[in-house]
Amino acid sequence: MTAIIVQDLPENPLQRAPIVEGNETLASVTDTVARVSEARTPRGWFLLFGISVMLLANLGAAVTYLIWKGVGVWGNNNPVGWGWPIVNFVFWIGIGHAGTLISAILFLFRQKWRTSINRFAEAMTIFAVMAAGVFPAIHVGRIWVIYWVFPLPNQMAMWPNFKSPLLWDVFAVSTYFTVSLLFWYVGLIPDLATYRDRFAQRGKLLAARLYGFFSLGWHGSNRHWLNYEKAYLILAGLSTPLVLSVHSIVSFDFAVSILPGWHTTIFPPYFVAGAIFSGFAMVITLLVPARQWLGLQNLVTLNTLDNMAKIILVTGTMVGYAYGMEFFIAWYSGVEYEKYAFINRATGPYWWSYWIMVSCNVISPQFFWIRKLRRTPWFLFIMSIFVNIGMWFERFVITITSLHRDFMPSSWGYFRPTLIDILTLAGSFGLFFTMFLLFARFLPILAISEVKGTMKVANPHHGHGHGVHHGTPAHEGAHV
Amino acid sequence: MNRKWGVVAEFDSAAAIYGAAKKIIDKGYTRVDAHTPFPVHGMDGLLKQGASHVGWFAACGGLLGIAGAQLMMWWMNAVDYEIWVSGKRPYAWPSTIPITFECMVLLAAFGTLLSMFGINRLPRLHHPIFKHSTFHRATDDRFFLSIDSSDPKFDSQRTPQDLQDAGGHEVELVEDE
Repeated sequence: MTAIIVQDLPENPLQRAPIVEGNETLASVTDTVARVSEARTPRGWFLLFGISVMLLANLGAAVTYLIWKGVGVWGNNNPVGWGWPIVNFVFWIGIGHAGTLISAILFLFRQKWRTSINRFAEAMTIFAVMAAGVFPAIHVGRIWVIYWVFPLPNQMAMWPNFKSPLLWDVFAVSTYFTVSLLFWYVGLIPDLATYRDRFAQRGKLLAARLYGFFSLGWHGSNRHWLNYEKAYLILAGLSTPLVLSVHSIVSFDFAVSILPGWHTTIFPPYFVAGAIFSGFAMVITLLVPARQWLGLQNLVTLNTLDNMAKIILVTGTMVGYAYGMEFFIAWYSGVEYEKYAFINRATGPYWWSYWIMVSCNVISPQFFWIRKLRRTPWFLFIMSIFVNIGMWFERFVITITSLHRDFMPSSWGYFRPTLIDILTLAGSFGLFFTMFLLFARFLPILAISEVKGTMKVANPHHGHGHGVHHGTPAHEGAHV
Repeated sequence: MNRKWGVVAEFDSAAAIYGAAKKIIDKGYTRVDAHTPFPVHGMDGLLKQGASHVGWFAACGGLLGIAGAQLMMWWMNAVDYEIWVSGKRPYAWPSTIPITFECMVLLAAFGTLLSMFGINRLPRLHHPIFKHSTFHRATDDRFFLSIDSSDPKFDSQRTPQDLQDAGGHEVELVEDE
């Protein structure tokens, strides 16, 4: 994968593009990021926040009604026992994969362009996993005994069945959420210290105390950095297999069953590729407007967007391959039910959802073969919306079309969402955007210290000669 | 009261503090630390700060996670309340792998984080170095060298002069409370 992600300048492929463009200095990087939180809250923020909170209120209302009345308020029926809640769960958890991929896997691959987007993407991951976590919890029906999924003593004197993939999922998702949160927080500590010092200088003592509390008394000591960098590396090393495991385990929820359409070995890699695909699309959906409105063009460069588009192209093509391979295996297996499940997907009562999925996920990323389009923010934004839609439909197709035709024609059915289903989905976007807007307002949206570390001035051998490396060609290059 | 904590000097760039740290170490100081907005590479070698031990705690956490998960699943599903499902014995190791892996990662992550805080003595409500008049820029764009008063070579007259000679400005004696 590295070879594809590597960003070279087309004019001279041996020279890496600068991570930070323009005449930015260390102080101006701090200013650019901190200004976002220090400036007066813009009107646009209140507008977006208002909309998000209203959507969030929808979620609260829909969930309260659900708990009051029972799961019959959803469109779930027999045979479609897993309706939109599971579709939404897999959709959100998939989106939650980009953050840790960017912060862990690209870190291990030494892809320094990640520094300008990792904070952003990690925050998005955490909020997406929160939105995802709502659905299995409310889907159990009797939410007041949700603690039965944990190995806790209960009134039945029974323990959970650890052979069930659904229980694996409980462990996978909760571990993923916790480790992502820790990773995000560790990255935040030095930047919170920056905020602490800035707010204290401006006399905003309450804010300075709050940032100070969460920055734990960080004072940039080299001894601290030494352990900090080691801890960051280990967390990246732990998160890399973790991020691959989570969507694999989510896919086991389906693949370990014996249902035609679900019982396939391609599911784990196919789900992971799809997760990264959808996660990167969501990062672009959020990043393109934020970059524009918050004036981050020098820090989040076109090269970064270009690289992200390439990852979308790769993972989108992998997903397209998986769609094709599923059909091939269905035919090659010679199993009548398996063949029917797939022909029914493409031509049955849900044909429209299948073709929405294919056109959004397979066709739209192919535009990113063209360099010009990869470097056109508004085009990236539009394509990312298509991918988000396509990936929601992918989970819809997998969940609903496989269930609605049971083995016996007498048990066939058709799933229709109810108003509560729609409000719950819209509400989950409310939760996600509310959290995201709060983050974008009050926390450093870029990893300030990491971005500084990638700049030319960060190199102790830069500038006036110190040490023997001075003047070697490797240290020359695009000047910051 | 008013015991000296050490001397702190400010530098303008990563290159400047790197050169200054080299000079200070060459003069024989041993309890020297740098305070920088981002990790300056090569600094830990220069200041003779050995390798980090965080990795051992991560490994301990990981092993604890593996052992704990295995013990939990074996005891709960095969000893305390046997569950015979899906054509497997109550304890069947292949089906324990996903949860064992997740518990390993979870406890290794906690081991990493908590040991990093522990070794760094964080969280800490206050530190004498914050009394230095321009130290708030250590998290922005300035670089600081500190020499602890417990350094055998420390001298409240000579040490500030040495830092000044190494190119530092805003050289201040910082007091401990």
